[in-house]
Amino acid sequence: MADGVKPRVKAPKKAAAGDVVTLKTLISHKMESGQRKGSDGNLIPRSIINRFTCEFNGKSVIDVTLEAAISTNPYFEFEATVPEAGDFKFTWYDDDGSVYDETKSVAIG
Amino acid sequence: MTFSRRDTLALGAGAVAFSFMPFQVSAAADEAIAAFTGGAEVAEGGITLTAPEIAENGNTVPVSVDASGAMSILLLATGNPTPGVATFNFGELAGSQSASTRMRLAGTQDVVAIAKMADGSFARAASTVKVTIGGCGG
Repeated sequence: MADGVKPRVKAPKKAAAGDVVTLKTLISHKMESGQRKGSDGNLIPRSIINRFTCEFNGKSVIDVTLEAAISTNPYFEFEATVPEAGDFKFTWYDDDGSVYDETKSVAIG
Repeated sequence: MTFSRRDTLALGAGAVAFSFMPFQVSAAADEAIAAFTGGAEVAEGGITLTAPEIAENGNTVPVSVDASGAMSILLLATGNPTPGVATFNFGELAGSQSASTRMRLAGTQDVVAIAKMADGSFARAASTVKVTIGGCGG
């Protein structure tokens, strides 16, 4: 796959039980839309991240289907409820079959 | 050709009526909406779509959707070569039924968001975004 794909996530390290927290995620990816033409005049084939999911202790928070109209370096901001201490698991699925993931732990306190 | 005063007024009224025609949605976008709603009736309101009025760069246009009680939200850019932008499916631990992202817009167009509510109804919101430089590399 594309080089230099790096997921980044901003999540709080601590939360009170039952709190709603804001999560911000960004992954560096060129998100080639399949609409552009290269210098040889041919279309550059589509290569995007087509799905992004976020889970907390195995329970779904959000599941996003991405299409070609999502910008380079796809960014998402959303909110999640934290019922207990545990891990957020973020997963990105690439068109070429690669899967990128990132985990963030949240403590209760 | 010359216009009489009456002709000019009629033209002006026609132009105003045309520019206020609601939701001139492309056929592909209509299909995407039909696939999402299954042909069910879509009500206005109950969902908030936040997008800038004017986007200087069509490559990254910030957009956010918010519909409390929604199961999923479909986001469409009706003037793009492919109208789909994203579908947000909210899980049981979603803190709110809202999300923000950045999208590409090929040119000035209407952006449409449709929410599927937990009770099976649908809500929509639309917003016109003026784009100075398109984001599809054409």
